Amino acid sequence: MLLKARKLFWLALGPVMLLLSGLGSPAWAEGDKVNRLYQVNMEPGVTEVGAEIYDLHMLIFWVCVVIGIAVFGVMFYSIYAHRKSRGVTPATFHESTKVEVLWTVVPFLILLVMAVPATSTLIDVYDTEDAELDILVTGYQWKWKYEYLDENGENVVFFSNLRTPQEEIYNTDKKNEFYLLEVDEPMVIPVDTKVRFLITAYDVIHSWWVPELAVKKDAIPGFINETWTQVTKTGVYRGQCAELCGKDHGFMPVVVNVVSKEEYVSWLAGKQAQAAEIAALMEQNFTMDELVARGKAVYDRSCLACHGANGEGGVGNAIAGSAIATGATNGHLDSVVNGVAGSAMQAFGGQLNDVDMAAVLTYQRNAFGNNMGDLIQPIDVYNFKQGQ
Amino acid sequence: MGDHHHGPAKGLKRWLFATNHKDIGTMYLWFSFAMFLVGGAFAMIIRAELFQPGMQLIKPEFFNQMTTMHGLIMVFGAIMPSFVGLANWMIPMMIGAPDMALPRMNNWSFWILPPAFLLLLSTMFMDGGGPAFGWTFYAPLSTTYAPPSVTFFIFGVHVLGLSSIMGSINIVATVMNLRAPGMTYMKMPLFVWTWFITAYLLIAVMPVLAGAVTMMLMDIHFGTSFFSAAGGGDPVLFQHVFWFFGHPEVYIIILPAFGVVSQIIPTFARKRLFGYDSMVYATASIAFLSFIVWAHHMYTVGMPIAGELFFMYATMLIAVPTGVKVFNWITTMWQGAMTFETPMLFCIGFVVLFTIGGFTGLMLAIAPSDFQYHDSYFVVAHFHYVMVAGAVFSMTAAVYYWLPKWCGKMYNEAMGKTHFWISFVGFNLTFFPQHFVGLAGMPRRIPDYALQFADFNMMSSIGAFIYGSSQILFLYNVIATIVAGKPVSENKVWEGAEGLEWTVATPAPYHTFAVPPQVR
Amino acid sequence: MQLFADNPILNTVTKLVAVVVIMFSFVFVVMVPLYNVLCDALGINGKTSGERYEAVQIQVDESREITVQFIAMNNEGMPWEFAPSRTMMRVHPGAVNDTVFMARNPLSRDMVAQAIPSVSPARAAEYFHKTECFCFNQQPLGGEQSTEMPLQFIVDQGLPRDIKTITLSYTMFDITEMAEETAATAVASR
Repeated sequence: MLLKARKLFWLALGPVMLLLSGLGSPAWAEGDKVNRLYQVNMEPGVTEVGAEIYDLHMLIFWVCVVIGIAVFGVMFYSIYAHRKSRGVTPATFHESTKVEVLWTVVPFLILLVMAVPATSTLIDVYDTEDAELDILVTGYQWKWKYEYLDENGENVVFFSNLRTPQEEIYNTDKKNEFYLLEVDEPMVIPVDTKVRFLITAYDVIHSWWVPELAVKKDAIPGFINETWTQVTKTGVYRGQCAELCGKDHGFMPVVVNVVSKEEYVSWLAGKQAQAAEIAALMEQNFTMDELVARGKAVYDRSCLACHGANGEGGVGNAIAGSAIATGATNGHLDSVVNGVAGSAMQAFGGQLNDVDMAAVLTYQRNAFGNNMGDLIQPIDVYNFKQGQ
Repeated sequence: MGDHHHGPAKGLKRWLFATNHKDIGTMYLWFSFAMFLVGGAFAMIIRAELFQPGMQLIKPEFFNQMTTMHGLIMVFGAIMPSFVGLANWMIPMMIGAPDMALPRMNNWSFWILPPAFLLLLSTMFMDGGGPAFGWTFYAPLSTTYAPPSVTFFIFGVHVLGLSSIMGSINIVATVMNLRAPGMTYMKMPLFVWTWFITAYLLIAVMPVLAGAVTMMLMDIHFGTSFFSAAGGGDPVLFQHVFWFFGHPEVYIIILPAFGVVSQIIPTFARKRLFGYDSMVYATASIAFLSFIVWAHHMYTVGMPIAGELFFMYATMLIAVPTGVKVFNWITTMWQGAMTFETPMLFCIGFVVLFTIGGFTGLMLAIAPSDFQYHDSYFVVAHFHYVMVAGAVFSMTAAVYYWLPKWCGKMYNEAMGKTHFWISFVGFNLTFFPQHFVGLAGMPRRIPDYALQFADFNMMSSIGAFIYGSSQILFLYNVIATIVAGKPVSENKVWEGAEGLEWTVATPAPYHTFAVPPQVR
Repeated sequence: MQLFADNPILNTVTKLVAVVVIMFSFVFVVMVPLYNVLCDALGINGKTSGERYEAVQIQVDESREITVQFIAMNNEGMPWEFAPSRTMMRVHPGAVNDTVFMARNPLSRDMVAQAIPSVSPARAAEYFHKTECFCFNQQPLGGEQSTEMPLQFIVDQGLPRDIKTITLSYTMFDITEMAEETAATAVASR
């Protein structure tokens, strides 16, 4: 009840009250920014550069407020005092070189003062040298790929997809607090470490943005951009793609999990072990149930957006009853591994490991009423890729 | 010259073969208002979808078509043609010319517009849908990844570019050659001056836009690689070419609005415009600076730091002439004898809200802070303060201001004032909260958003519905005035008005200044 | 300049039309080439020269060591397996270095690819010289074939002191269709 009253109050008076109460962010709960309703200002964030940018932003904001009060003050006084209904006779002056020069020169000087901190902050933003960790960020329609560059070539690579279920987006399920700002696998970086991001794109232009890290850089296909961060506080930081990149531009969030250096080392070791595990799984044969269970998870994350929760199709063709998913395994493998030229169907060969590929194909062949009853094992995928 | 004294032709012919500047101006104004309603309807769809988190009404791909079409229609279909219409009506009357210099070309430049926009709108019914890559149509989303309808979009842009170029050539030719004796350049009303400079900007940059879409066309159909890295091109080149057009375009939209405000404020302050000369110089310097600041739209593409600094400093400089203009308007009001009829209210609204848009513009100019603002709702709020509270408010003021002269009848003042206050409240409720969500991290052009942005978005949508519906009141007021308004007969409709257009009869006769007036 | 002394309006219009034509051509004959020149000069987008660098008399600067990282990527629709043989090298400015990239065409059909280089940080681009690079030419590769593609480069001694790491990325584009079209036109025009 109280909450509802409060909500109504904000709806009615929000903009006015927020201005009067100053531009602090009324943090309702510590930690994840999702809890901060009615945030009206930029975050100082968790990096030194972010704090610098925030200070610069506030400086310019207050300069504008002061000028605004002065200018509008004069105008509203004039509107009050110099109205015909008060019986005034209009003055006849219409120029004054002195005044006009003055209000050309003074703003110019104010701008000069602003340019100094702006320049020094920009130089800091551009200083990418001496990073301890390099991460290659690649924008895809509509997900991010993170590749941790390793000196010995043992790069850790994974995709980061939106985790919010379609049911929440299409309002059949209650939205969770991290709605649209949650991914299946966040980027993990260590705290107090200079991390350099090399940013590029696979298809169209994207833009990688995490407000609390004060990082936004365009991802351009064919070219590489770089930027950096050094986070001073552990936590989960959330952002989104900032450059229109097609249909699901609004559905490719960025989540960065900043952990202690020790945790990072063990996480990295875990990822490397996982890669080794995938390699081992390659040797294994799976049962139908295992493949279907794994395949459903892969499907929901990689296929559902275009092919629908029940394989009914959408942007992509229907999978239920499709000639490809109920046809020869090689044709099915070819479509998914290499994509379909001239259509929105991407080549997933480089995006899914062979185990996941085998699982999702098996799932597609045995779900949505496609009762093929056949299995595709990881080794089949491997052989297909080698033998193409 | 014989037929100059005939009245208008009858029926459809009068409009189809119109060469009279007043008829063509009227057609431009009605066409742009129709486009304003279409673009506004798209905005309502956008705001309805964004009323609550979650996808309720439309699909993401259609949402993208809506944002794209809303931008294209509002910029090229509503705001630009409305000011061209105003120029057609007012420039000959303000400089004492009998008509525009090239009446037949004037007819063409109007009549190619409706087909161009019908073509553009029809793309939404084509296979693969209409343009969904934003009104800035960045490659490769608008080339390699575009729907097939992009070819028609390109053709449409070519045609409306041609229309703008022809219109501008006409305006320059008129201003340079048809001024009445004694009407020296430095005696021209400021509206004529701002349009004169705007027309030059259009002539310079519309061909650049045509070049950009031509390169897209060649990339899509003729195997060139201007914007594709694969063949040695670069998608970022597209952005440079686009914004080399796009930034002057912003001033093309706002300069005539400055002109309108500079006509109206002196009238209702009953005092001459303060600093006429500096107004002219400020307009010219804004126009000049607009050519060297384009890359401030692209701070995040990864420019070298030297480039970033250059564009930042140049952009900050624009605040100087813009400030001069605002100070001049306020000093014009100072010690005047003001009354607050509807046109004046819209102009005061313009000064306040445009200045706020200017402040956020200055903030956006600062490259390091722009890394946080770029492509967020903060930008959306900024440019709507400039485009809507700037261009659209001043256009509305212009219609109320000159409507009695055009049709010889007075609009309903109470209804006009109501229109202003509803617009003002609705506009601010729509766009002020967008500053907040932008700073809090909401990207623009998304069909759905995280929960913490929900309440401000709801406010925004409510405001948009209010602002949108206020336009119906406007339409009603204008039609009611034309049909059954109280007749006015004084040449000088407004007590404080100055200028040649107020020396002719009310309503303005079909042909004015067949004999040029002598200006002292 | 008075072209039509008797018709000042036509005079104005002619000049303005000339401006329109000039501005339209300006896009193609000035903006595009100028952008490419600026890219080369300033390293916009980390673009490096597409031309072979002719090594001049150079001295190896043993006192500095630069880390060069290699990244290989595919653009959309490119099925090749494409990777650097070494992901990182430590080199001295002035020294000539060699490495190779591996590529394999897993499809059964012949394909043509083009690798596009990009250097980061961008301001290092003008100091990164390629004396031999597979990116100078298109890469045709038969179905199921593999190849080793050579790269020979020199890091200029003039490289600013604060740059210690240079990243060189190659993005592989499938240009099979484009190459076929060009070949077809070449045959047709003969």
